[in-house]
Amino acid sequence: MSSVPAAKPETINTAPPYTEFHPRWYRPRVSVYWWLGEWHYLKFILRELSSVFVAVFVVETLLLLSALRGGPAAYAHFQQSMRNPLLIALNVIGLFFVVFHTITWFNLAPSATPVRLHGKRLPDAAVAAPAYIGWAVVSAFICWIVLR
Amino acid sequence: MARHASNESFFWILFSVGGMIAALFIPVHLFLFGLAFPLGWLHAPGYEQLMSLVRMPLVRIYLLLICSLPLFHWAHRFRYTLYDGLKVKHLNELIFAFCYGGATLGTVIAAWFLWSIG
Repeated sequence: MSSVPAAKPETINTAPPYTEFHPRWYRPRVSVYWWLGEWHYLKFILRELSSVFVAVFVVETLLLLSALRGGPAAYAHFQQSMRNPLLIALNVIGLFFVVFHTITWFNLAPSATPVRLHGKRLPDAAVAAPAYIGWAVVSAFICWIVLR
Repeated sequence: MARHASNESFFWILFSVGGMIAALFIPVHLFLFGLAFPLGWLHAPGYEQLMSLVRMPLVRIYLLLICSLPLFHWAHRFRYTLYDGLKVKHLNELIFAFCYGGATLGTVIAAWFLWSIG
């Protein structure tokens, strides 16, 4: 916050000059592209947009369930459609975004729930680390279930 | 006012639980089913193998949770991205209906599929 310079003594008692315009609140106009200017803002918007790829993943999972419901032929057709280069490209971008979501989510956890031990706040890494370990364990477990 | 506040916290809990589930489970699922299996990096499970998993009640509950809650996470984030990013606050009700309607629809479809999958 910038400090306001003190008023000069001779200007205090003079009336403000007459103006025919109604005074307006100072409301700077913000561009629709306000988030493009700075890395922090862009990171924020990218983090929020990761949710779109979360939703895309759910749609793909619903299509997989629909194919399983339809029988072996429908499942084979689903597998064939997933090889579409456009879908592969979408999933590459999607994987980047969901991993970005995971990292930002886990790194935010220490700020959202600060853990105190013996009156001292634990370092952020000590709060985030169990989440990363849990992520690795869960991922390995799902691979084992699906691939065995 | 109080009712509004409690609604907000309800949606916020859905957002944060969905965010946690998405963070933990979606990357590995997307890697396997979206890239590794279609590209042949790993041997894709056959129809019967997946069906034997999906027939387990616990797996069905798990699949319902990883479909439904991340959608409510998306609904919350996408709503506020449209509000703040594109500054379209005047479409408030429409965006709300689109986001949470979509999440509810996705949940109903997932539940229906998992109920009837045999």
